[in-house]
Amino acid sequence: MSFTTMLSQMSVGMMRTIGIFVLTLLFSLPLGLVVSFGRMSKWKPLSLVVKFYISVMRGTPLMLQLLVVFFGPFYLFGMNIGGSWRFIAIIVGFSLNYAAYFAEIFRSGIESMPVGQYEAAKLLGYSKGQTFFLIILPQVIKRILPSVTNEIITLVKDTSLAFALAYMEMFTIAKQIAASKTTFLPFIIAAVFYYVFNLLVAVVMEAVEKKLSYYR
Amino acid sequence: MTNYLEINHLKKSFGNLEVLKDISLTVKKGEVLAIIGPSGSGKSTLLRCATFLETMDGGDLSYLGEKAVTMDAQGNSHYEKPAKLKEIQTNFGLVFQNFNLFPHYSVLKNVTDALIRVQKKPKQEAYEIGRSLLEKMGLSDKEDCYPYQLSGGQQQRVSIARALAQNPKVLFFDEPTSALDPELTGEILKVIKDLAAEHMTMVIVTHEMNFARNVADHIIFMDRGVIAEEGAPEELFNSKNPRMQEFFGKFE
Repeated sequence: MSFTTMLSQMSVGMMRTIGIFVLTLLFSLPLGLVVSFGRMSKWKPLSLVVKFYISVMRGTPLMLQLLVVFFGPFYLFGMNIGGSWRFIAIIVGFSLNYAAYFAEIFRSGIESMPVGQYEAAKLLGYSKGQTFFLIILPQVIKRILPSVTNEIITLVKDTSLAFALAYMEMFTIAKQIAASKTTFLPFIIAAVFYYVFNLLVAVVMEAVEKKLSYYR
Repeated sequence: MTNYLEINHLKKSFGNLEVLKDISLTVKKGEVLAIIGPSGSGKSTLLRCATFLETMDGGDLSYLGEKAVTMDAQGNSHYEKPAKLKEIQTNFGLVFQNFNLFPHYSVLKNVTDALIRVQKKPKQEAYEIGRSLLEKMGLSDKEDCYPYQLSGGQQQRVSIARALAQNPKVLFFDEPTSALDPELTGEILKVIKDLAAEHMTMVIVTHEMNFARNVADHIIFMDRGVIAEEGAPEELFNSKNPRMQEFFGKFE
């Protein structure tokens, strides 16, 4: 198999890998914010349930979670898990897992905000929603950016766990080619792909950090 | 004439600790009230109750004759509905000890944002108000700066401009110079003095005894949650009350 055929086969997988990455971020970041609200809720039952959810998500392997999300509906409800369910399960599994991590990051940021910011906003007549979205959240985002970058970089590498559901993302294809053609080359291509991808993530996040450095 | 601020029988506890015990005071239009006293005497809590940042346990509270908190026969406080409180809240502003400016907003935006987003004033009008107040505070050249680029004194002047932009009837100051070094303290005290000359109604919690003496019409001396003594500055500073003499003695 020529290098270019190998690359073109793997590039199909790369698009899928990028798909998992983008969709997971798209869902898990807002979900993480909502989960962090639940975690910080003054209503004990809610905060306890959310705390348990976070501890399960952080305390069990992501690969296992993906298997549970994928096969669970079949064993529980006899649902047909063919067709597009495989991909949906991957996105749901990844999003639920990453939302838990993002929630804790959001919580750390929100709880680090001085109470004086809320009080000043209250005195000026801002509503609770305005206070959060105009005054608090922008400052929280700036504070948590380095931790979020860490998670995003981990996510790039974690996408390879989709092989557990036999989803044909890039790394799954790389392993198949490597096994069938007894060559090490696909792994090197995979390594370069992940590295460049994460380099890009780092550059983008650094640019965002720089953009937010207009204030302290 | 109605009192701009009236508080009767205010009580406030944190857990078992009774911080304020039966405080009553009135502030008339144009009056400058200074609240002094040792740390932990309840000065700041009193101010925070008056500005709705803390909830009163007992007593009543009204601005310009309009009740924000009423008192039942047992002396317990009952707050008006949130919408009503929000309306009454437009009567006062508060300048914090540590400024509490919004660090991600420019100086001008700090002063004008609430006018635009809360009061729904047209942007141009808000900017005019903001710029004229910044000019008054001697900060015309700083409108595009961010708070971190300013000295403490400048930041506090921005926060005074921000409070004044709301056009409050009563302006509260919570130890406005405590976070500043002596040099910067002077510039803030001068601003407050100028406001007093314009007959701005103010309630000032302060540790600056000479300042209180010079600028206040009325001084309240608080000790362990009660008003230990009050009166015109000269009366108070010549008081025979031993607790007060001890307190002032530390400032000589």
